Amino acid sequence: MKFSLTVDQRAMRDALRDLLARECPPAVVRDAWSGHDPAKLWAELADMGLTGAMVPSEHGGLGLSDVDVVAMLGEVGYAAVPLPVAATVAVAGPALAAAGDPTGVLPDIAAGRCRVSLVNAGGLAPYGRFADLFLFLADNAVRLATRADVELTDVSTVDGSRAMVRVSGTGAVVTATPEELALARDRATLAVAAELVGLGRRMLDLTVGYVSQRRQFGVPVGSFQAVKHQLATVLQALAFAEPAVLRAAWSSQTGAATRSRDVSMAYVLAHDASQLAARVALQCHGAMGYTVEYDLHLFAKRAWALAAESGGVDQHLDRIGEAIGVGR
Amino acid sequence: MDLTFTAEDEAFRQEAREWLRENVPAQPLPSGDTREGFAAHLEWERRLYEARWSVVSWPAAYGGRDATPWQWLIFEEEYYRAGAPQRVTQNGIFLLAPALFEFGTQEQKDRYLPAMARAEHLWCQGWSEPGAGSDLAAISSRARRDEQAGGWLLTGQKTWTTRGAFCTHMFGLFRTDPDAPRHRGLTYFLVPLDAEGVEVRGFGRLDGDEGFADVFLNDVFVPDRDVLGEVGEGWRVAMATTGSERGLTLRSPGRFLAAVQRLIELANARRDALTPRLRERLIRSWIAAEAYQLFTLRQVTDLLDGTAVPAESSLNKLHWSELDVYLTETAMQLLGPEAEVDGAWPRAFQFALAGPIYAGTNEIQRNIVAERLLGLPRT
Repeated sequence: MKFSLTVDQRAMRDALRDLLARECPPAVVRDAWSGHDPAKLWAELADMGLTGAMVPSEHGGLGLSDVDVVAMLGEVGYAAVPLPVAATVAVAGPALAAAGDPTGVLPDIAAGRCRVSLVNAGGLAPYGRFADLFLFLADNAVRLATRADVELTDVSTVDGSRAMVRVSGTGAVVTATPEELALARDRATLAVAAELVGLGRRMLDLTVGYVSQRRQFGVPVGSFQAVKHQLATVLQALAFAEPAVLRAAWSSQTGAATRSRDVSMAYVLAHDASQLAARVALQCHGAMGYTVEYDLHLFAKRAWALAAESGGVDQHLDRIGEAIGVGR
Repeated sequence: MDLTFTAEDEAFRQEAREWLRENVPAQPLPSGDTREGFAAHLEWERRLYEARWSVVSWPAAYGGRDATPWQWLIFEEEYYRAGAPQRVTQNGIFLLAPALFEFGTQEQKDRYLPAMARAEHLWCQGWSEPGAGSDLAAISSRARRDEQAGGWLLTGQKTWTTRGAFCTHMFGLFRTDPDAPRHRGLTYFLVPLDAEGVEVRGFGRLDGDEGFADVFLNDVFVPDRDVLGEVGEGWRVAMATTGSERGLTLRSPGRFLAAVQRLIELANARRDALTPRLRERLIRSWIAAEAYQLFTLRQVTDLLDGTAVPAESSLNKLHWSELDVYLTETAMQLLGPEAEVDGAWPRAFQFALAGPIYAGTNEIQRNIVAERLLGLPRT
């Protein structure tokens, strides 16, 4: 038993953290709000190997595991990277590899020449405006479409950095194996959970920094128990979500029978912790946080967007209920 | 990352499981917080000791099995899974013993640990006073030096002392230097409750059991050999082991994993009462218990790697105490009208309500989390 990342996993995660601190400051997220494609950031991520992290080495990737990647996705969330990292890296890469890469796109994905947007059940494709390929996890199959296969309509979103499009049309079947489809869906859910925990951490850090320096009544507002206790509760929620996310990655990596249950559990905890973090962060910032000039809204809106994209907790609570013997 | 136990650990689990299956009383014992129940629990404690299951993580020389932290967690999991009795000895084993191991002299360890393992010495904790609850450093019970006799004379009142009326010994904090700053003038004493000048009066807790006691001390003589740690260092000695109280040794995940399994059984026996809202509470109870397990596995890994953060035990305490309230409230709602009838769940519910209060209120824990883990400014 050893419940921790390896030295290598920590090193990779920390390297990504440093890169994102440099290459994806809030200004880059704001640029995405203005419709700017953060192409340089994607190139940097490809250079460090992230885009092909779960692509096998024979297709030009690093062949990393779920645990490796989930640890890094927390950093992607922390920086609110306005690009389809999770969809490309954690979902499309391994799903296409398992199917033998029928259209031969994996080398392009690994090299950073090709971005994949995951189309949700309602036809919304986050970062679709910046994407080359569209992945569908619906109608009993994993499907892949090129831009030529589908029609795209721009959609304005609450989180303006989402480069959202609505997709009509569908792609060619990559695999119709139920287990591959289920695995791809679980990986998509888990990736969101990892990002949500990272976003929660970011909002907590931002708020701790703010309430430590903001003075009212002659003292930092962070010295008041009413503020402290709310932030302690946010840390509590995040601290218990993190191991659940890591365990779900382990279950995915080892093909555990409990994978779906574990992914759902990670999602519920990460979802709730991130939404609480957004709520508390806004409250503890007072009016300062309730403005688009301050950075907090970039992270809060991303947390809301990811919660919406992934469909909320209900289906996951049901799935856990089935697994523990209290199904409907 | 490796979330599997070694073959050796699994063998340990098997041995524990088999012994528990053969030895756990078929009928639950009466509450250990009543006089007759306490006696029945002592018998159980002695049976645990005979089979060397009473203090598994201690060295064999003191009656333990030198169990690793993983094995300790496994034992706890099996213990609660088997529905074994509450541990009436736990305040000694889990709260005093870590301090004895860390600060005790060899003579103190030899004199006290084996007797504790055998459930011959039964310890209660003498920290709270009428004027010092959350503000523990406000302790006013004092110890006066008796140079000639080579010891101290203790005077004052301790209260809300768990199982104080049934215990034989008390470990407690007393003010030895009234002029020192509040945290500095305290000393940690080991006091036999049959000493002259001690009067113990049990009183009822919220659930009606005589689980609490007032301990009055009037010039009680305690020799120097029963000071734990240095004179004036009582606060440090007490705080060094508060992690045990708040964290996983007091309330290990096994307890809640077992409780949530019983809750699932209750729900399945009362399917008609299982509304969608209660089903969600049930699922969330399971999630919270499982999350505590995972958090603990991570924490024990850190402990073994030497990267543990002591103040994190406040997160454990917040989590398990809130989980326990949520879980038992769910059971009460599932029981419907039957929740009014005295029984295991109503008792568990009432006891759970103490969780956010004892071992440092959750308000104090949130202050600790905010100040030590988040670095927010002190008030």
